[in-house]
Amino acid sequence: MRGSSFLESLESACPGAVVGKNLEAIDPWIEIAADRVEPVCRWLKHASVPAFDSLECITAVDWFEPDPKKAAKVSWQPHLELVYHLWSTAAKASLVLKVKLPRWRNDVAGELPEVASVAGVWRTADWHEREVYDLSGVHFAGHPDLRRILCPEDWVGYPLRKDYEQPIEYHGIRGR
Amino acid sequence: MDEPGGISRGSLLEDPRLDDQRIIEFDVRTDEMLVNMGPQHPSTHGVLRLVLRTDGEIVSEVEPHIGYLHRCAEKIGENLTHRQWIPYTDRMDYLAAMNMNLGWALAVEKLMRHRVSERARHLRVLIAELGRISSHLVGMGAYGLDLGTFSPFLYAFREREKILDLFEEACGARLTYSYITVGGLTADLPPGWLLKCEQFLDQFEPVIQEYHALLTTNAIFVKRTAGIGVLPREMAIDYGCSGPVLRGSGVDQDMRRDGESIYTAMYDGYAFEVAVMKNGHYPRDHAYPPVPSDAVLGDCWHRFFVRMLEVVQSMDLVRQAIDRYSACKEPLGEPLKLTEKMPAGDAYLETECPKGQMGFYVVSDGTAIPWRARARSSSFSNLSVLSELCRGCLIADVPAIVGSLDIVMGEIDR
Repeated sequence: MRGSSFLESLESACPGAVVGKNLEAIDPWIEIAADRVEPVCRWLKHASVPAFDSLECITAVDWFEPDPKKAAKVSWQPHLELVYHLWSTAAKASLVLKVKLPRWRNDVAGELPEVASVAGVWRTADWHEREVYDLSGVHFAGHPDLRRILCPEDWVGYPLRKDYEQPIEYHGIRGR
Repeated sequence: MDEPGGISRGSLLEDPRLDDQRIIEFDVRTDEMLVNMGPQHPSTHGVLRLVLRTDGEIVSEVEPHIGYLHRCAEKIGENLTHRQWIPYTDRMDYLAAMNMNLGWALAVEKLMRHRVSERARHLRVLIAELGRISSHLVGMGAYGLDLGTFSPFLYAFREREKILDLFEEACGARLTYSYITVGGLTADLPPGWLLKCEQFLDQFEPVIQEYHALLTTNAIFVKRTAGIGVLPREMAIDYGCSGPVLRGSGVDQDMRRDGESIYTAMYDGYAFEVAVMKNGHYPRDHAYPPVPSDAVLGDCWHRFFVRMLEVVQSMDLVRQAIDRYSACKEPLGEPLKLTEKMPAGDAYLETECPKGQMGFYVVSDGTAIPWRARARSSSFSNLSVLSELCRGCLIADVPAIVGSLDIVMGEIDR
């Protein structure tokens, strides 16, 4: 989605929600405050022009470097990034939303960071959020049925976290 | 169920007669039962498990359980360079591996702002469209199998075999090709290949009419698919459906025409019409059997028919690609090095694969190894709508609906 006029209308509809942007990137993106995801998505689907009626993908990117030597050189602070790829079937336009989350809630390892679910906005978000929860460990508040989808229900850990360690044993099967 | 043959499909639960308590009281009472279908069920297209909540013959709820084929492809992608991940994309949609290779290659090329040579571009179109034909042939044949007719499957595999022979000659593999790769293709076509491809198209073209006779117009096939599993347009979009499932519901969208410029540029100059019903007509539908009167837009029959139209459309595109490719005299060019560094940043690209829109998302921190490699599966979204489609249908219709979505579990579970 090109153009700053769209950004202006988003800012006037949801004041204070946009906390960052990069319109020059290969895929221009807008960063949304973590506590405003749901109203922004609702506006994007129903009220914006063009209306983004389709959610294509939700991705969690874990910005964390487990190697302390390399971690000293990186320019970012450890965090988790949610990327929402939206699509408008009428205008054939795409939009990228990013949301920054802490890796763990209150920096307590094992406490999942929380963000509002958009399953009530796009039905497809139901499964996509389950996948992100399963593999990257993000808790979607208000999700109708948040449980693991690809891994078994008794799996421990979140495999797409950078500091994930493969289990040594799972029900008698050697892991490493 | 008091009058024979009077079962109105799909609407039994909303039957006003059920509101009449006297009827329920004196009717045969059935208990709710959970029926487990799969994961080793032949008509679930791989290791998919469905738990059906049934009341007699009527399904009130379907819950898909997936993940039996989960191989952590995305995690593996974080430990390999971009080109080394190509063989893993093969194993996602293993029925259309060429199209998967293309999706990832283009996503990385988008991030690297790399453009392939003209010759590579036309060769990619040629190969990708042949891949689409072979995938749709499996989809069509297996769909017949789901509905209890065995012969279309054999005919479809007879033709698919010839495409696999062509692929084998071009790249050495029959299923997992890794032929299209980041920055181009691993090899040029061997001499005489184009002639064989044209011969295949010439003998394949008349066969299409046989398929229409075997399935599309077959009275039993129409009875089993027309008006079953109707997916309304808004619901299809809401569930993120794509490909023939979306077009079968009448949404005019095809990434080859509507997608991002790096992908649509590949099809620049190619003439094709998106296979979707517009004003009650499919493109060039005079050459095909008419839409049966009981078919409703968005039902299993329309999803099937869109695939059949796309086979013809792809054949046309292959012919165009052969002409353009053979007119290209410049060299094919070498693909990128295995360790070619990607610029820091991220890029997302969706391509029109046979099963739907396959998205690849690559995040890079400036090395050759992606920081995050993400595959957005089209079958994943297409399958999520299943519980809506099966609400209130008969148990016997569940395989018909699952088959019409044409899913492949390797891509859903990744």
